[in-house]
Amino acid sequence: MESTMPILILALPLLTFLVLGLLGKYMKHGTAGAIGTASMGVTLTLAYITAFTYFFSGSPAFINTVGERLQSVIFNVTWLQFTPDVFDAAGNLVKAGLAIKLGFLLDPISAMMLVVITTISFMVHLYSNGYMRDHDGTPERGFQRFFAYLSLFSFSMLGLVVATNIFQMYIFWELVGASSYLLIGFYFTKPSAVSASKKAFIVTRFADLGFLIGILVLSFYTGTFNFTDLTSTAVEGMTDTYQVNIGTAEWIKNIFATSAAPIFMGGSVMTWALVLIFMGGMGKSAMMPLHIWLPDAMEGPTPVSALIHAATMVVAGVYLVARLFPLYLMETTALDIVTVVGALTALYAAMVACAQLDIKRVLAFSTISQIAFMMVSLGVARPEHHHAVGYMASMFHLFTHAMFKALLFLGAGAIIHAVGTNDYTGMHGLRKYMPITHVTFLIGCLAIAGIIPFAGFFSKDEILTAVFSHSLYWYLWMSIVAGLTAFYMFRLYFLIFWWKDHKVTGHHAPKDQPWTMTLPLVFLAIMSVISGFFPFGDLVTWNGHPMYKSMSVLTNLEQLNWFVASVSLVTALLGIGLAWIMYKNENPLPSRMRQFMPKLWDWCRNRFYFDELYMFITHKIIFNGICRPIAWFDRHIIDGSMDGLASITNKASESIKGLQSGNVQQYVLAYVAGAILLGLITALCVL
Amino acid sequence: MDYSQFWALKQEIGLLLVFLLVFLYDTFMPRKSLKGTAWVSIAAFLVFTVIGFFDCNTCNITSAFAGMYVTSPVIAAIKNILNVGVLIVLLQSVKWTSTEEISVRRGEFYELLFVTLFGMYLMISSRHFLLFIIGLESASLPLAAMVAFDKKRYESHEAAIKYILTAVVSSAVFMLGLSFVYGLTGSLYFSEIYGVLSSQSSMMLVLALAFVMAGIGFKLSLVPFHLWTADVYQGAPTNVTSYLSVISKGAAAFAFLVILVQAFGQVYSQVWEWMLYALIILTITIGNLFAMRQRNMKRFLAFSSVSQAGYIMLGIIGMNATGMASLMYYVLVYVFSNLAAFGVIGAIENNTGLVSMDDYKGLYKTNPRLSVAMMLAMFSLAGIPPFAGFFSKFFIFTSAIQQGSIAIYILVLIALINTIISLYYYLLVVKAMFISQDDCKVGTFRSSCPERLALWVTVGGILLLGIASPVYNYLLTISEGTVMAFMY
Repeated sequence: MESTMPILILALPLLTFLVLGLLGKYMKHGTAGAIGTASMGVTLTLAYITAFTYFFSGSPAFINTVGERLQSVIFNVTWLQFTPDVFDAAGNLVKAGLAIKLGFLLDPISAMMLVVITTISFMVHLYSNGYMRDHDGTPERGFQRFFAYLSLFSFSMLGLVVATNIFQMYIFWELVGASSYLLIGFYFTKPSAVSASKKAFIVTRFADLGFLIGILVLSFYTGTFNFTDLTSTAVEGMTDTYQVNIGTAEWIKNIFATSAAPIFMGGSVMTWALVLIFMGGMGKSAMMPLHIWLPDAMEGPTPVSALIHAATMVVAGVYLVARLFPLYLMETTALDIVTVVGALTALYAAMVACAQLDIKRVLAFSTISQIAFMMVSLGVARPEHHHAVGYMASMFHLFTHAMFKALLFLGAGAIIHAVGTNDYTGMHGLRKYMPITHVTFLIGCLAIAGIIPFAGFFSKDEILTAVFSHSLYWYLWMSIVAGLTAFYMFRLYFLIFWWKDHKVTGHHAPKDQPWTMTLPLVFLAIMSVISGFFPFGDLVTWNGHPMYKSMSVLTNLEQLNWFVASVSLVTALLGIGLAWIMYKNENPLPSRMRQFMPKLWDWCRNRFYFDELYMFITHKIIFNGICRPIAWFDRHIIDGSMDGLASITNKASESIKGLQSGNVQQYVLAYVAGAILLGLITALCVL
Repeated sequence: MDYSQFWALKQEIGLLLVFLLVFLYDTFMPRKSLKGTAWVSIAAFLVFTVIGFFDCNTCNITSAFAGMYVTSPVIAAIKNILNVGVLIVLLQSVKWTSTEEISVRRGEFYELLFVTLFGMYLMISSRHFLLFIIGLESASLPLAAMVAFDKKRYESHEAAIKYILTAVVSSAVFMLGLSFVYGLTGSLYFSEIYGVLSSQSSMMLVLALAFVMAGIGFKLSLVPFHLWTADVYQGAPTNVTSYLSVISKGAAAFAFLVILVQAFGQVYSQVWEWMLYALIILTITIGNLFAMRQRNMKRFLAFSSVSQAGYIMLGIIGMNATGMASLMYYVLVYVFSNLAAFGVIGAIENNTGLVSMDDYKGLYKTNPRLSVAMMLAMFSLAGIPPFAGFFSKFFIFTSAIQQGSIAIYILVLIALINTIISLYYYLLVVKAMFISQDDCKVGTFRSSCPERLALWVTVGGILLLGIASPVYNYLLTISEGTVMAFMY
């Protein structure tokens, strides 16, 4: 494949960021929005062409004769060379030195992510043209800046998913974090937004510390950063084409086993490296206990929540584990940790989501819970169970979730924009006022609840199948969570659109928003229906080997595990039914429930007091016990020594200034004396 | 005699042709058209530089004249780096050479400059001390005339006298050292000296090496052979100063590496390892301590360049390919950063005559572009990422550390502490320009077109060289190629 198109996919958003960021203030608002949207539209087209070429062109660089999909390095430039490459006498490469490269890796998951990111990003760009204005159509302050940030984020996220090596991924990982920080704090005059952006940045940075250590440990022992060296073998007779191979991962494991790496706290070094890398993923993907930043991140503009905190950035952790999946397969302890963390988070977030009053926070906790589904799915994936169906299911759910969760967030944005509040106690009965938003939101809810034939049904069913084949216990656990999902989503839905008639406050009644905002809703609603039929089993698997023999529109239906499917359908319907009874019309049932189990309600309402726990740990323990002594040390010892160094330097400089007299005879004397002294002193020392 | 071996000297011959062209143009063209001398020189030199770039990929390691002269991709590369620097200096000096006083003698400036550059070429390429001395002298003596170029300024004369006196003494000491070497080994060929000197160390050898180091230390202004630097840099016309501080120093640094490794590499650990350590520590530290107190921008940059020379020397320690590549890369980055600084100073001096740091207070308000260029130059010299200077320091420290002894770690630690100290005085300039609230004595002006072009080039270099990895990788590749053949 030509490398022009991939380069453009990365270059266009970056260029747009530079143009809008540097020249934005000289532009009209509309122009800036149009430039950002148009550029994203072009990127979208290029990404679709790239993904289409990858999946369907049948080129030998992308698929081999038995139908297995390959990894293809489109381009890879050396950025920093740490140790030189070693060549033998004939000039052949013996051993590649340690180098940081920047490149473009095309394989099933990166091609899929290109589609997800550009689709959602384009929709969000389009939507923001309407959302970032008030009711009269006047643009908000910083309109251009907003689009510049969106472009920066798109660039970073695209760079992350196409990374050819773990270091490039880390660079873009941080860039994604930085642009997320900028966008959460977009309303920087609002104190809550500022503190939310700081919280997000600090928590994810803390997690990234683990990630970085993990990267360093991994590369220290393996001597490489490249994904293709870690998980794949080169395809013979092709350049820059690799095939994911469990043998390479075994070889990596043997490196750890033979290099006398110590066992640390009961785990091998490789386990620790993988767990630390997963810690980075936990931070970005808001897994418990590092989830606390995501609900607060909802302070950002709603399109941002849809793009970053629902569809793309938060799944980076899932993507990371999927990227290194063959290595994780070698250390099932690490995979078990992924499963446990995912399962706990899923249940926790679903419970908390049942008791939130802020529409965006419900969606935030639902996002956490759904990402946890993906994590569990990866955690239970084993090649011996249906060809690691969990891996495929995880990626499948990532894809469908991106569509329906972006839909839900954008719908929520439309509602917030129309009503002017996040709190749904002020909404109720909106179905008559905003029919398009109502229908699309309902589709989103059905999709996430897992009702056939909406997208979420298929992907969640694959996940539950994977869990079922791994362990019955986790299967029951995750089924309960799936039921809860249906309940809290429909609780939200009924409370917004039903419950009682809407009481119009202010001068105008809420209505559907302009086309720039409804078009993305309609498009994503369509995607939420049809994306369930995409034959993911043939497109995205852990080693590129297709799962089913045939590929047609009905493949997913034919391959359903009907036992799992019916159980999950029944649980989902139960959840929806319960929500129907409790919230369809105004009734005292909810408050009676609340009084029935007040403790549980309080804990869920206050998110199990996680924030308070963090406050206690940071303020009471870390600040007093660790930070204060360190601050004292810093102020007195470190600063003191620096001040000392400065004053010594100053004094020394003062005392020798006479040496430079301007007298040339003295210069010559110093010269000759210097030469002789240099010789004599050396002679005394060496001889 | 085999005349085809002259072909190995094509870069020297090309330079000679440029020199002849300028000389003939200046001598025989009518007085009216002499204004064009500057542009003729620039055009001719540009063509020469570009050809050199294309040529340098193909040339092999060739020696000529019974091994006295050698050229290789590495040597071609360092010459190209110098050429780029000279080109920038030429652009910066267009305005100065067309001032009334200077314009009558304009041709001489260019001719002298090309002659000294020729001498530097010989220093780099020679593998025999006789040829080396010819190069060294022809790179030194005409420079004195260039330093004295500003006839009517008293300081210019004083600087030239100081320069020539010190240069003569340093040549004498250097040759005394060489005579010792000749006495010990019976040869002046680098390779033969290398062969004979295997693992012997005597009082005479130590003294000889000390004298040789002093001789080249003069060109590089290593402490304690640096005392002329500040006075000469201050007195000389600014364009000559920038030539002196960048091109002359870059050439000497490379020649120093070649001599130490090729001729005296065998007695590295016995004799000159510790001398080098001492010189590096002294140079960096003393250079920094003096730079802190300077208020005159040219003196300030003089001491900053003294301390930079110490960092360049770190590249010699490793005696390996990375050391050589990082030394060349350091010189390249230094060319861009220092010439950017001198470009700003020259532009301000040409327009207003002010050279004191106090005059730079509030410069950002009157001349924002010049201030930003100066700031980038200072950041790069101090080694702040992501500018080129950070990467050059990083690579040179990395190459030194590869040697791996405790002494090296201490040396690098001292160098690092000195980097912090240097940050102080580089930031003083930035503070004066950006933070100081005083009214600026330098009024708003628009610098001339070639000056601006030169500044754009240097700023571009500062911004891009660090990020564009192919440059360093190319230098590393060619260094590895030559290290294997042990012929650089």
